[in-house]
Amino acid sequence: MVLRKSLADLSYPRVRVLDVSAAEPLIAAHGLVKRFGDFTAVAGIDVDVRAGEAFGFLGPNGAGKSSTMRMIGCVSAPSGGTLRILGMDPVRDGPAIRARLGVCPQQDSLDQDITVRENLTVYARYFGISRRQARQRADELLEFVQLTERANDKVEPLSGGMKRRLTIARALVNDPAIVLLDEPTTGLDPQARHLVWERLFQLKQRGVTLVLTTHYMDEAEQLCDRLVVMDGGRIGAEGSPRQLIERYATREVVELRFSDATLDSYLGKLEGIGERLELLPDRILLYADDGDLAVAAVHERQLRPSSVLVRRSTLEDVFLHLTGRTLVD
Amino acid sequence: MVTLVLPRLAARAEQRFQRAAAVTGRNVTAARHFGYWWVLVSGFFEPVLYLLSIGVGVGALIKSFTLPDGRVIPYAAFVAPAMLAASAMNGALAETTMNFFGKMKYLRLYDGVLATPVKPFEIALGELMWALVRGSIYSVAFLGLMVAMGLTSAGWALVALPATVIVGLAFGGMGMAIATYVRSWQDFDYIMVVQFALFLFSGTFAPAGSYPLVMQIVVQLTPLYHGVELLRGLTTGVLGWGLLGHTAYLIAFASIGLAIASRRMAVLLYK
Repeated sequence: MVLRKSLADLSYPRVRVLDVSAAEPLIAAHGLVKRFGDFTAVAGIDVDVRAGEAFGFLGPNGAGKSSTMRMIGCVSAPSGGTLRILGMDPVRDGPAIRARLGVCPQQDSLDQDITVRENLTVYARYFGISRRQARQRADELLEFVQLTERANDKVEPLSGGMKRRLTIARALVNDPAIVLLDEPTTGLDPQARHLVWERLFQLKQRGVTLVLTTHYMDEAEQLCDRLVVMDGGRIGAEGSPRQLIERYATREVVELRFSDATLDSYLGKLEGIGERLELLPDRILLYADDGDLAVAAVHERQLRPSSVLVRRSTLEDVFLHLTGRTLVD
Repeated sequence: MVTLVLPRLAARAEQRFQRAAAVTGRNVTAARHFGYWWVLVSGFFEPVLYLLSIGVGVGALIKSFTLPDGRVIPYAAFVAPAMLAASAMNGALAETTMNFFGKMKYLRLYDGVLATPVKPFEIALGELMWALVRGSIYSVAFLGLMVAMGLTSAGWALVALPATVIVGLAFGGMGMAIATYVRSWQDFDYIMVVQFALFLFSGTFAPAGSYPLVMQIVVQLTPLYHGVELLRGLTTGVLGWGLLGHTAYLIAFASIGLAIASRRMAVLLYK
């Protein structure tokens, strides 16, 4: 049983009883595999998502995040392993599971021929929601994603951020138990991203289980209680953002830039300072628990970096460490 | 046993119908917006122009036409039900080939729908129902014109209306099945050619019996011929057991089309 706060602007039921016990995860995947012909997109992953948590799949393009999301969304049959969602089998009980999911796909699949508001009312009908309820729900959701003023406009003139918000509103039209968000803020400008994050955070506080994919570290840190780092169809690491940073990075990172071109010649000279060194095209990263001590050590060795930046380590450091520095397109 | 199974089946059928109706509802909502009505109007004029040019124009040369039961009717009354059948075909195909393909491949409309409890079969059924709504609007208008021109009676026009729905069903079902195999817009040229050939040679402008034997057999295998014969029988009031045969053919054609369409959609969209 999951308690959910009711907000004035959205008529959620005060108490939501799920037919799975709190102990059983809402999503349980074991050895989950997805193959397309010879290509293996997902190569056996184990994932448990519990009620009320915000769970993230973090990884570069082609890591298998979207394929995993499509399997969880019951629009793509697993090629191997087991997958149970809300205690049901996605292949056999697809419609029953989808009735309780909200899906925000990577590419907006909004209906261009009808208005913003109609996008919500029409979509509600697919869930068997009555016309009257659909209208009421649409108004509440438009308010929630701040699109009330655009209710009667067509979709096309909307900005990218507005379209994404509308897609999120559409994903909430059936009051879902789980909301799946595939790269919810990819391609949005900073303001639009923050507005989307704000709304997702509100949902999370309301007790909605969020499952999202992202390749933005800040997004994962902001929103996820727990996440897995995927690469090449496998899970490389799992934990809370804090745990992952503690496990795979040091507390602080020193970014060193040198004015002369031969950066790699400094690697030997820096050896022994901090726990680990990483060479980037334009700078050297020095992982250390105390950044200031490390900087002092650098100066002691008579090295004169052109710029020094001491910062707390982020999930990005973990991510780059785990998935390697090569760019995948 | 039966009492246990039947209510459950009925409930399932009702749910399926409701979901299909939601898909149809989307199209009704879209049609309320202005642009669509021009497309609709243009589809009505095509068969009317044919009726006027060939039925009335050529009819002035041919004057009259003898039915199998010996009655003599004007040539226009012979051509008009064929134009009615062709109009039902064109309406259904326009909606289920071009529009359906565009919604599936370019608007990616069904990607969003499939994330809901609605299944591919229900999408196909919903789109087909919409095609029938559109087709029926044409049929009502065209039958009205036929009555006004004295080419059939109001009573027979009422009987013919549901038959036009069956013709639309057959072409709609098959059109959707074909659309799932279409690779790009260029492929629609092939569909147009077939559609035009059917329009010319399905006993539309001359009785199929006047064709050479081989062609008669080929024509009798194609769907528009059965649609033309069914509607001609009804609007001219020449009834026979053959009409049931034509109806059965059209319904079988529709069912096969719908089955292929929903299976293909599942393959294309549930990746």
